Amino acid sequence: MSKKPTGGNSLRRQMRKWSPLFLAAVVAAFAIGFVWPFVQGIYLSFCKFRLIRDAELIGFGNYLTALQDEGFRKAFWYTAGFAIVSLVLINVLAFAVAYALTQGIRGSNLYRTVFFMPNLIGGIVLGYIWSMIFDGILHRYGTSIVENSTWGFWGLVILVCWQQIGYMMIIYIAGLQAVPEDMLEAAKIDGANKWQTLFKVTIPNVMPSITICTFLGLTNGFKLFDQNLALTGGMPIITMADGTSIKTTEMLALNIYSTFYNSKSTYPGVAQAKAVLFFLLVAGLGLAQLAYTRKREVQQ
Amino acid sequence: MKQQTLASERRSKAILSGVLAVICVIYVLPVLAVVINSFKLNTFVKTDTFALPRGEMWAGFANFVKGMTFGNYPFYKSVLYSVFITVVSTFLILLFTSMAAWYIARVNSTFCRTLYFLCVFSMVVPFQMVMFTLSKTADTLRLNTPWTIPVVYLGFGAGLAIFMFVGFVKSIPIEIEEAAAIDGCGPVRTFFLVVLPMLKPTLISVGILEIMWVWNDYLLPVLVLDIHKYRTIPIHIQYLKGSYGTVDLGATMALILLSIIPVIIFYLLCQKHIIKGVAAGAVKG
Repeated sequence: MSKKPTGGNSLRRQMRKWSPLFLAAVVAAFAIGFVWPFVQGIYLSFCKFRLIRDAELIGFGNYLTALQDEGFRKAFWYTAGFAIVSLVLINVLAFAVAYALTQGIRGSNLYRTVFFMPNLIGGIVLGYIWSMIFDGILHRYGTSIVENSTWGFWGLVILVCWQQIGYMMIIYIAGLQAVPEDMLEAAKIDGANKWQTLFKVTIPNVMPSITICTFLGLTNGFKLFDQNLALTGGMPIITMADGTSIKTTEMLALNIYSTFYNSKSTYPGVAQAKAVLFFLLVAGLGLAQLAYTRKREVQQ
Repeated sequence: MKQQTLASERRSKAILSGVLAVICVIYVLPVLAVVINSFKLNTFVKTDTFALPRGEMWAGFANFVKGMTFGNYPFYKSVLYSVFITVVSTFLILLFTSMAAWYIARVNSTFCRTLYFLCVFSMVVPFQMVMFTLSKTADTLRLNTPWTIPVVYLGFGAGLAIFMFVGFVKSIPIEIEEAAAIDGCGPVRTFFLVVLPMLKPTLISVGILEIMWVWNDYLLPVLVLDIHKYRTIPIHIQYLKGSYGTVDLGATMALILLSIIPVIIFYLLCQKHIIKGVAAGAVKG
């Protein structure tokens, strides 16, 4: 903002005249596709309704119902557990693979191509591929992925590992290639062994990549939907003492979806309140990421 | 001493390469499982998942034929709708968001800053937050057909695209555009003749991200479209389950194979751009 060249000013003046051409389509679509649904979503989370035109403000009632919903609470802990387990596994394995692929071994490019490939397959298709594989194995033991919640959990972990390791690997490779060569050289001359170099030189230097991948892994884990729907769909269901039933492998996103579209006993307002809580959780993680990366950038 | 370490280093590299090769083979196995089971009779998919489709298990191309006509919805229609929606949505997003991003980056009015802030904000909002109200809005505005759903994609996908384009426009010097303006180019010509060609690397990155998103997206189209009339490939595969009593796994695998072959070919053809584009999208969070 320090200096504004005159040519730029005249260009800006001219651009302003053309503003409808440049902005109208995006502003209109963005209003329809995001701004209005978001605002209306917040509003409806405080309303009781069957049809939107009958919406009637009731305060925080929907939020209380949502927070008392056993299925929703269970889904939260299930999702959190899944997000942390998959986060650790994906990152450790992706880093190991990226580290191996930056050692200058033969065939690195081919390996990279193969490891990244599953990333391009959609979540629904991934779910059905792996449900066939797991059922093929579990069939021999007389069970199925939809009958056993432990298998459902680890099956989903294996699925997202297969899908996302290649993605994180790409970010780690970029980070590892940016580690200054002379620092590694200096460590070698000073007599550091491979492990010392890895932990004292390499890892501190790829901290930015580790931060990105950590938060990506966490938010991906929390937002997971397609894979969950296609692999187990929340099965198996258990019945509680009070007669309500809970899907044991249902994650937050799927729980919100079922509350909106498959549940006859609750109002959509409750589902919308769950969606707002879900948004606050995911956005909170995103903001924490931003704050954390900013802080690190200042320090360096 | 020196030669000894070199030899041991070579040995450890060979071991590493071997280990990676084994992992690589394991990595391809799920896709291989899809291939062999797509030629297998349904009854054997569950009992002999990992056996080659030999002898009585061999179904030939019957699964593919069945898959195409399976249930109550023809597969070719899903493919056509998927292609149409992906191509048109990606085109609209690239064209309109790059124009808007240039305007936002250069004009810097309060309105532009607000719009940019909202775009960045929209990137941290999960789809579940807006899915109910968005599908109702799309219904009201008659955006619930394959021909109009690209508008919804433009709206919900604008955030990330604008964020990436603005970031790039800010990194290119304004002097080039000023020179064009002084030479008598109006803003429209300046954008299409000067700015757009410079945006090419970002256009490719954003384009790839949008193609991957729209092609694989399940939840948005299933909520917005009337699924009795219009289905995309992911919707088709998800609905195979309910449409025909117990699902024919052989036919399902045949369809899955058909739907991932184009993706894998696309990947092998423009691998470099895809990896770069997807990595650029990592900022999305």
